[in-house]
Amino acid sequence: MTEKEENVGSRFDRLPETDAERAVAGRATRQEVLEWWDERFGIEPTVFDEYTFWERGAGKIWVFYGDVPSPSPVEGLGMTALRTRQEHWKPTLEAIQRFGHHATKNQIQLSRSEASTFLAGHDQDLDWDGDWGYLIVTHEIAGADEPIGVALYVYGELRSMVPKGRQREL
Amino acid sequence: MKVLERYEPLIDDIDAFYAACQRPLPSVVRVNSIKATIEQAKTALDAEGIAYEQADWNKAVLVFPDEQPGANWPYVHGWIHGQEEVSAIPAMVLDPNPGNRVWDACAAPGSKTTQLAAMMEDTGIVVATDNNLGRLSSLRSNTERLGVTNVAVTNEDARNHSLKPFDGELYDHALVDVPCSCEGTVRKNPDVLEEWTYEHVESIVGVQKGILRRAIQTTRPGGTVVYSTCTFAPEENEEVLTYALENEPCKLVPFEIPLESKQGVTEWNGEEYDPAVKHAKRIYPHHNDTGGFFCAKLVVADP
Repeated sequence: MTEKEENVGSRFDRLPETDAERAVAGRATRQEVLEWWDERFGIEPTVFDEYTFWERGAGKIWVFYGDVPSPSPVEGLGMTALRTRQEHWKPTLEAIQRFGHHATKNQIQLSRSEASTFLAGHDQDLDWDGDWGYLIVTHEIAGADEPIGVALYVYGELRSMVPKGRQREL
Repeated sequence: MKVLERYEPLIDDIDAFYAACQRPLPSVVRVNSIKATIEQAKTALDAEGIAYEQADWNKAVLVFPDEQPGANWPYVHGWIHGQEEVSAIPAMVLDPNPGNRVWDACAAPGSKTTQLAAMMEDTGIVVATDNNLGRLSSLRSNTERLGVTNVAVTNEDARNHSLKPFDGELYDHALVDVPCSCEGTVRKNPDVLEEWTYEHVESIVGVQKGILRRAIQTTRPGGTVVYSTCTFAPEENEEVLTYALENEPCKLVPFEIPLESKQGVTEWNGEEYDPAVKHAKRIYPHHNDTGGFFCAKLVVADP
């Protein structure tokens, strides 16, 4: 068995397809990422057929349309999509807004006032019959259900995961 | 306004020009088609009681007479993006298609980058370059809020742009919206005239020439390069184009825009420019009640 390489946090490395191709210790594989979106939110792997996944920064996974040679020295490839290298992987608000409409489970629809509380970064007590963990938060706008971001549901509480820079008082 | 006196020989109605330059510009947004249709954005704005007017020359451009664009749900969802009207012109002139390879040579803060990505339906690739790391973080925040996934961001001097991270492949199109002396933004930022110096014009012209040359070199024969500025200075506009025509395989081509404009000037302060610069467009603030702008379209020839 060969020694695993270390993650280099300052550059983009394309995720290996599967465990067998993994050269960097602890790095998520494309297969694991696709399975995670499917298992957690019911987002089918085919949604990401045209996309590649990259790690830059410890555990930070980026989603990019198309492909470039790996490793890549650039400063950005597409958008940050999720945080790995921790027990519960956490999706970003940006990826949820972009791909969340493909989800079929673990989504919670809020009223307008609950959505405002969530967007302002506040936690709130809410009933939820489903799994604990990260949920897609949606509300109705322009006649359709639209994802806003990510919350952590635990102990009867919906905790807002909206990053400080994206919080707004509306 | 004293700085603007040097441009009086170029302007048809000087009083209307100065009057327009003194009026502030309204807030304007572009609907981001990656995340919403124009109808969805309008429905959501209506529901929030936000007044807007749809520009007649581009249905995706909405003018807000009395609101700032950042404090509402459509903004939070990345359905709209604050972008001045004339700033939407160069990407329209470049007119990329889905699947194209496009270089945005001076990309931050990303209004035009994200507009290009949207026109390409977030497919193909937009390489967005800027030499300022701080400005790149605002670019990244805009691409993420607008849901753009086809952008690769590079931090380098555009004059030395490297194709190595992209397998050396040439672009179909390049957008060269260069740093400039910016008098055209006076309605948004009146300080720009206080800071104006001729020495700055002279020094930035070299940068503009270098970036335009690199854009032509990295675009395939038959591909297009759009050069734009927000200055009225012929030194930064027609002179830069003349330099490119003399030094790189390319030609200036005519194009239409849906705003009133004047053609490029072939003479200025005793200098004569290549006659083809008349194909470029000068947009003055008093003609369409916008900022000032300059835009030219080049086609790359075989080397």
